Amino acid sequence: MEQLNNIGASLDFYIFVSIALFSIGAIGVLTRKNMIVLLMCIELMLNAVNLLLVTFSTFFGNGEAQIFVFFIIVVAAAEATIGLSILIMAYRNSKSIDIEMFNKLNG
Amino acid sequence: MSLQMISVILGSLTIASALMVVLSKHPIRSVIYLVITFFFISAMYILMNAQFLAIVNMIVYAGAIMVLFLFVLMLLNLNKEMEPETNRMGIISALVAGGTLFLVLITALRDTFQYGKGYTMVKVPEAGLVENLGKLLFSKYLVPFEISSILFIAAMVGAVLLAKREKQVID
Repeated sequence: MEQLNNIGASLDFYIFVSIALFSIGAIGVLTRKNMIVLLMCIELMLNAVNLLLVTFSTFFGNGEAQIFVFFIIVVAAAEATIGLSILIMAYRNSKSIDIEMFNKLNG
Repeated sequence: MSLQMISVILGSLTIASALMVVLSKHPIRSVIYLVITFFFISAMYILMNAQFLAIVNMIVYAGAIMVLFLFVLMLLNLNKEMEPETNRMGIISALVAGGTLFLVLITALRDTFQYGKGYTMVKVPEAGLVENLGKLLFSKYLVPFEISSILFIAAMVGAVLLAKREKQVID
């Protein structure tokens, strides 16, 4: 019971995993050109934030952060739906899922 | 096998599958790896005694959102030459930017790491059980809960309106 507490590893390990997931998602958003993979990387970043919220909720024994995670999941579902329908519309018009296609929208 | 070892293995598997999401060339493989990542994150929630969120994460994320992504991928019927190519300079600058973000976040939370190291919990937290979360959700957070249903209706109408077939062309 010295180093090991009831949430498995110590707090710092979960924070490390969450930061790593967020950074991987950010790198994915910056590197990939495929619109679907880009949306998936955004989901990955949202999940990193969820993991951090649940970690601190468990750490302090307070359930309110988990309600916020629930609302984040709700908003993520709505966001994925709208993003995918915009993607389908863009694909239908230009036959491409390259994110640079949106450069046509200027002026 | 101690609980600590299990969580370390879970965490490294999560990071590895998240890396595969970004690295794999084929979008369908990315979706599959993302589903695996979500399952590992759900396992971490169970380890932290957040049972409600573990089930919701599995049903909503891995079950609904990822199936939506897969449907759209199959519907678009992409082939090899439609994969957009990336330039080398962009990848290098993105790696530098992401690595800097990682380092800055780790350094900013250094004090938290030292604080959390020797922390021991007295009893198993019961905050994540369905009973406690339900009481909170339907008393204090009732108004946001109802507003989220309006958000869903707006998203549904917007999705139908956007994806409806029309004859106009952007070019």
